[in-house]
Amino acid sequence: MEMSARVERAVMTMNEPQVVTVQYQSAVRGNVDPHLSIRHYDPEADMMLLHFGPQHPSTHGVFRMDLHLDGEIVVKATPYVGYLHRAVEKLCEKLSYVQQTPIVDKNDYVAPMTNEQALNMAFEKLLNVEVPRRARWMRTLFAELQRIASHLLALGTFSIDLGGALGGGSTLFIHTFRERELILDLFEEVTGMRFHYNTHTIGGQRHDLPAGFDKKVHAALDIIESRIPEYAKMTVDNAIFKDRTVGVGVLDGKLALELGITGPILRASGVDHDLRRDAPYSAYDELVPRVRVETAGDCYARTRVRFDEVTDSIALCRKAIDGMPEGPINGYKPIRQPTMAKATSGQVYVGIETPRGELGTFVVAGGDTPTSPHRLKIRSPSLHALAAIPYIMPGATVSDAVAILGSLDPIMGEVDR
Amino acid sequence: MNATSAIIHGAVYGTIICVVILTGIAVAIWFERKFAGRMQSRLGPTMTGPVGLLQPFADVVKLLQKEDIVPRDADRGLFDLAPPLAAIASLGAAAVVPWSPKIIAADLDVGVVFVLAIGGLMVVPTFMAGWASNNKFALIGAMRAVAQSVSYGVPLVLATMVPVVLAGSLSVSGIVGWQAQHHWFALWPIIPGLPAFLLYYLAMLAESNRIPFDIPEAESELVAGITTEYTGAKFTLFYMAEYVHTMVGSAVASALFFGGWDGPFRPGLHWMVLKTLLIFASVYWVRWSLVRFRSDQLMALCWKRLTPIGLGLVFVAAAFVQFWPGGAR
Repeated sequence: MEMSARVERAVMTMNEPQVVTVQYQSAVRGNVDPHLSIRHYDPEADMMLLHFGPQHPSTHGVFRMDLHLDGEIVVKATPYVGYLHRAVEKLCEKLSYVQQTPIVDKNDYVAPMTNEQALNMAFEKLLNVEVPRRARWMRTLFAELQRIASHLLALGTFSIDLGGALGGGSTLFIHTFRERELILDLFEEVTGMRFHYNTHTIGGQRHDLPAGFDKKVHAALDIIESRIPEYAKMTVDNAIFKDRTVGVGVLDGKLALELGITGPILRASGVDHDLRRDAPYSAYDELVPRVRVETAGDCYARTRVRFDEVTDSIALCRKAIDGMPEGPINGYKPIRQPTMAKATSGQVYVGIETPRGELGTFVVAGGDTPTSPHRLKIRSPSLHALAAIPYIMPGATVSDAVAILGSLDPIMGEVDR
Repeated sequence: MNATSAIIHGAVYGTIICVVILTGIAVAIWFERKFAGRMQSRLGPTMTGPVGLLQPFADVVKLLQKEDIVPRDADRGLFDLAPPLAAIASLGAAAVVPWSPKIIAADLDVGVVFVLAIGGLMVVPTFMAGWASNNKFALIGAMRAVAQSVSYGVPLVLATMVPVVLAGSLSVSGIVGWQAQHHWFALWPIIPGLPAFLLYYLAMLAESNRIPFDIPEAESELVAGITTEYTGAKFTLFYMAEYVHTMVGSAVASALFFGGWDGPFRPGLHWMVLKTLLIFASVYWVRWSLVRFRSDQLMALCWKRLTPIGLGLVFVAAAFVQFWPGGAR
């Protein structure tokens, strides 16, 4: 009660005319955003400008927010990205279609499998390549395993944001990492790599499943499933955890759609949208996933959606490995040289549902050489998630700001590319 | 005991107790690391010395070797004064803790008041550090620390008043002696006794900035809170002061609620150390299990829940002494 009264005062101060000293840059182009209209704060408004990041323990990489604080309450938050820009899209214009897979692995370094999948699916659509059924099932299996690993990491880092690196948060963090390790071991078994797999190629998979892989998958999934009640006790069922997350950072479903937010964040805001079900790709037409929707739109709902998706993905992985069809794993000619894939015209867009939302790849063929694209654009879900910050952070405390950022689960490698 | 011999007694015992506590802190840090390691399914320190026992000493050597950086715009005097003051304030309370019937540096008649007063002083170096650093994160941390320490001082005082009322003494050794003759307050009378201990425990966690009440440091929010700008020896003093504060708080808890040095078969010192370490270990158990509160929730918990409960407990204790047959001393 007391807090809401205080926020109202702060926001009123912000809207007084003398506070607005310089208009935000976007005003030049005629679209003034009320949430971004202050560039410099007025000293008389008694606000503190806190540069939150890029070197800060809770910014999930190198991300910066400028927080205008009244006491400890955030009046205005402005996100800044670009500290991890590596010109991946430009690099992709120079590399051939075959060479790009290991590059995009490093975009979303928490879920590399889905990065590769998105890129190669776009190239397959461009080159009209049919993917064999076994390869599609393998892609689905890998994507769901990756979803478990990614959500486990999101849960662990979110706990660190709430509980600190030297406390209960890190206990859960290390426990979720222990289980994530099991999935990385499975991927290592298939590809020989733990993070940057380079296992998807145009037309299918590079590595087939090793003998006895299904038993190992089942063993790992059983262990992870048995530990889920333990995580629930430490997070979604924990009283302090609920105190910190329920009602914090509420994101309206309509605003989320306007900002282009997808994935668990959108589903937590009450919008029933999942590309796996709505626009099935790979083997999702046969393995229909259950879509979790929460209506609250707060940090707790976002965590809840991810938490439940882990359970769903475990079930889906079991179905995928049990029903894994036999057959070839690549429907394209075997890779002999990097210049083997050629396209002179055409443009395609393919979007898939990664653990963070819709990861899209837009390719325009016909670059300097037919073996590389003219332009390649990656639509990353984390970038859109960060766009919510100016809207949902005002009114929260600094502690809440950390919780809100953690619940958006941004991966800076994917945001900046 | 005349004045001269009292001073000599205090100096000798005080030095011994300080040295023993500081060595004990080193072992406690090792213990916490091992404990946290086991809770997180890892091993903790293993490389330095047998089972990593020398790790705290290696840490201290590392910290002392670091460059002593003072921010250009810092308030130099306050910045330098805060860490030693924190160490003094946290160690000072150990003076009146009876480690055995004989081992006590200063047997004050108002020992309980002394403990509360000198523990309450911790807020001064904390705020000095936050202010003098000239850092926004440190300032927010200091602001939180002042609000928290001042608020939680109230339930802390109310909780310690329960054994004071029950034993009819303000001297820590007097309260322990009363419990040794009669019964431990955590066991009987169980209604003001055990809740008062839990109240004291929560307030102690808050006063010594432990999770779930560690919002002045809150490294995931405020980088390192008040210690953001501190390095090397000065940081070591803050780090140590925090541990000493928790350790002395645990010792006071065991003296006030669990009969201090009272126990069968073994000398009093053994019992006192055992009880202190058990409470100390439980602090770590809590620390490595929970996430932290938000500052406004912390204030709400203090003023809306703990303070009324504390007032009620003092009232119950007074009623027990007055009306329970045999309850009066």
